[in-house]
Amino acid sequence: MTVLLVFVGAMVGAPLRYLTDRAVQKRHETTFPWGTFTVNVTGCLILGALSGAGSASATFSLLGTGFCGALTTYSTFSYETFRLAEQKEYFYAAMNVVVSIVAGVGAAVIAYMAVM
Amino acid sequence: MVRPAYVDPVSGEIDPDVDLRVEGQRRELVGHHVQVLGAIALGGGLGAVARYGLAQAMPVRPGQFPWATFVTNVSGCLLIGVLMVLVARAHRLVRPFFGVGVLGGFTTFSTYAVEFQNLLRAGQVGLAFAYLAGTLVSAVIAVLIGVKTTRSVVRA
Repeated sequence: MTVLLVFVGAMVGAPLRYLTDRAVQKRHETTFPWGTFTVNVTGCLILGALSGAGSASATFSLLGTGFCGALTTYSTFSYETFRLAEQKEYFYAAMNVVVSIVAGVGAAVIAYMAVM
Repeated sequence: MVRPAYVDPVSGEIDPDVDLRVEGQRRELVGHHVQVLGAIALGGGLGAVARYGLAQAMPVRPGQFPWATFVTNVSGCLLIGVLMVLVARAHRLVRPFFGVGVLGGFTTFSTYAVEFQNLLRAGQVGLAFAYLAGTLVSAVIAVLIGVKTTRSVVRA
């Protein structure tokens, strides 16, 4: 049952990451990967809230492990950081790391405290 | 006609999920919404279930280093490096299924952030920052190893 909830949540989260990324890139044509930043911070906000609310295990499997886990991504974040550095965009590479981590952790902490 | 053995990533391409500066990716949904989004959804579901399975196999107690997520994220980063070199000559659904779907669904940024916060709340400040920085450094090195190794193999 839990596996199914994780699967279903992720089946929504992963395409939503892709579509959000496209929508953000259409509006902001910059070197900085704002699309990935948007999904990662949003996912941290939701997971922080679920964690603070002490969600039931079924809800957490569906929305936390499944949806938020698939909405957010570490592979894309790391690959972007590598590619920015490889293209000698060192400032953007460093900004991607600092801004994503500070905003992601910040969003998780604020959401956790807001709903606790 | 002989296909090129290796095609460099399109100049300026940054985002492996989708980069609208790449002509083929800008247009990949046109007439193929169901195929592309279906491949991403299925891949994402499978990746997330694999992450869940690994977390079950490597249970982590509160206040301990979150090894399961660490291993998930770092191995996913190694694989995205390998994949992004190979996708240049692969079927058009390979990047959506394996990259956006499986690896995007497997790795996670939200759990990473919440686990860091949990370690802080458990009073494990040093361990929290070791986890935060350790994952980051290992993940970027894993991408580098994945890309460089695959490039040298494909070029050989």
